[in-house]
Amino acid sequence: MHSLSFDIAHMLAGGLVLVSFLMLYQDRLYALLNVLALHALVLALSVAWQAHIQDAPHLYITAAIALGFKAILIPWALRKMVFRLGIHREVETVVSIGLTMLAGMALVALSLQVMLPVTAQADPVAREDIALALSVVLIGLLMMVTRRNAVSQVVGFLSLENGIIFAATGARGMPLVVEISVAFSVLIAFIVVGIFLFRIRERFDTVDDAALDQFRGGRS
Amino acid sequence: MDRFQGPSPLAGVQGAAPPGGVRGEAPGTHTMTIDPVELVLLVPLVAAALLVVVPSYRLGAAGNMLACLVTLVCALMLLGDRPVPGQYLLVDDLNVVFIVLNSFVGFTTSTFSASYIAHELETGRLTPRHLRFYHAMFQLMLFGMNLALVANNIGLMWVAVELATLTTVVMVGIYRTHEALEAAWKYFILGSVGIALALFGTILVYIAARPVVGEGMDAMVWTTLIAHARDFDPPLLNIAFIFLLLGYGTKVGLAPLHAWLPDAHAEGPTPISAVLSGLLLNVALYALLRFKMLLAANPDAIAPGPLMIALGLLSVIFAGLMLYRRRDIKRLFAYSSIEHMGIIVFAFGMAGPLGNFAGLLQMTMHSLTKSAIFFTVGHIAQVKGTQRIAEMGGLTETHPLLGWGLVAGVAAILGLPPFGVFTSEFLVVTSTFAREPVLAVLLVIGLLLAFGALLLRLTDVAFGPVRGPIGPVHASYIPLFAHLLLVLIAGIWLPGPMVAWFQHVAALLG
Repeated sequence: MHSLSFDIAHMLAGGLVLVSFLMLYQDRLYALLNVLALHALVLALSVAWQAHIQDAPHLYITAAIALGFKAILIPWALRKMVFRLGIHREVETVVSIGLTMLAGMALVALSLQVMLPVTAQADPVAREDIALALSVVLIGLLMMVTRRNAVSQVVGFLSLENGIIFAATGARGMPLVVEISVAFSVLIAFIVVGIFLFRIRERFDTVDDAALDQFRGGRS
Repeated sequence: MDRFQGPSPLAGVQGAAPPGGVRGEAPGTHTMTIDPVELVLLVPLVAAALLVVVPSYRLGAAGNMLACLVTLVCALMLLGDRPVPGQYLLVDDLNVVFIVLNSFVGFTTSTFSASYIAHELETGRLTPRHLRFYHAMFQLMLFGMNLALVANNIGLMWVAVELATLTTVVMVGIYRTHEALEAAWKYFILGSVGIALALFGTILVYIAARPVVGEGMDAMVWTTLIAHARDFDPPLLNIAFIFLLLGYGTKVGLAPLHAWLPDAHAEGPTPISAVLSGLLLNVALYALLRFKMLLAANPDAIAPGPLMIALGLLSVIFAGLMLYRRRDIKRLFAYSSIEHMGIIVFAFGMAGPLGNFAGLLQMTMHSLTKSAIFFTVGHIAQVKGTQRIAEMGGLTETHPLLGWGLVAGVAAILGLPPFGVFTSEFLVVTSTFAREPVLAVLLVIGLLLAFGALLLRLTDVAFGPVRGPIGPVHASYIPLFAHLLLVLIAGIWLPGPMVAWFQHVAALLG
């Protein structure tokens, strides 16, 4: 039962968490976008592997979306945007990277501690996948709160969303996974890339949140 | 957005095609005719597609109203004839009144919106092109909310709440000012995090259901879930509920997760503030109630009560304190919405027949009253050309109808008799005093804080010396007074069947 297929599934799941950590210590936007592409690539592999071992061909669609849309198109579009808008190429952090990494480790420990005992009855793949997926989600959240500029917050959100798609595919036989991944892709494509960044640029000259905050003066 | 709508109409058709797929009863009762549930979804969807291409804003506004009216009629038809629950759609005692309420407030808001946007065009804040987009988004939002209400599938419900959120995000940012963009961005980021957590919770519910119900779609169908909830793995269900509470709680605007709410209310067009407060918060809360019922059906799961009571109380007291520092009239009432959502969540947390009854009544009353208040506030802000409270005053003198409308609305939201909010707040407080006096004292402190703050601001705006421009106002008073009249009637005399319905649903909620 615990054959190679489970080991590979776990390796890919662990890989996703590892890439999430890689994201935490990037201090250049372009490098961050590369890691984002890698994150989506690992997700695509992992989803494809799940499709294979669960014998669920529809999951290949989700894998293809992850590969084509999230690993190639979105990083490319973000990169183009960073270039065209002339955003500073450094990632501005709220707390130091070392502290963020420690917090990330604590979050992984927390999610393993919380999820493993709870899912004892579930089948082993789902069980550890869910725990690791929760780690990816929490690290994504951590990234969103510890980054100052909008692009890296979006990257944080994308990695969070990868974690959720991963959890959904790990739950054997879960329906609507494809629809949900399409819905998420549309969410990302429409709002993030299309409207917001361009509008924010139009008005602010920078995609830095601190600049957004300065307009708050006088209002309460 | 087109692809995004994809699954939903399809879902409607499929959901109806195998009748009784869940219960297996009365197969073949379904004919080829489209039933009202599908119409409640299809009308806004078709209207959204049509309104994108309507060039004239007058025609657009009229079409918007017409579509809302048709949806309302379809929703009313649901009261009589209820289709068999399918795998995707469900109409039961809990959601039917929310669907009617949703469609009703949607309709009155579209009426208000028609007079509101005419003024926005004159002042040049919006262009006709924006308005085409605005009307289409308005319908799409109603579609999303109705879909979330009728969904019998926790996955579909999640997609619908996401759709409703997205459309409001776009509309909050429609003025494209610094503040509007900041508000929309904040709303988008916090909303997305909320929605992501809610999805994680949904997945966990599926994992809890799978060993009992079996793989596939059945393990996401709510009617199946509730029938088998007894056998679910309790710890898994507990964790799922915590994620769902945080996720949908962000949408409800509960205290530590509320940061998006005041900005989104203040910076978007006022009709959107009205539907945000009046409807979207309710829809998110409704989603939460569905999951609370699952937990209540499982004897070994944690009681959701204490968590909800804590978040509710925190919201009430926090909002009560924050109300004092508000300088912007729409922000003021946004914080009041946080307070009321706190009261409602508190009431559902206390549970029991009385607590649930009060919570349901409060949801209905708050929805009607708060949207009425935003209707007046919208016109007031247009007359005064600002949302700053310091620059408006003496409204009862200069604009008696608007001024007294605001006074009546605020009196209602403060929970003064004879309005309906009084009944529900009185029920919450007295039933809490009977069971947990300490909690009741805390709740009353929160209520009094909010009471003082709102009264203070109301006297500035409605009475006192005249401040700000006193130009004429082209307001439509019908939606405003229709809402207030309903709230007043509910406060004086609640019809017997309605009381019976509320009691029945309160018992269902456990």
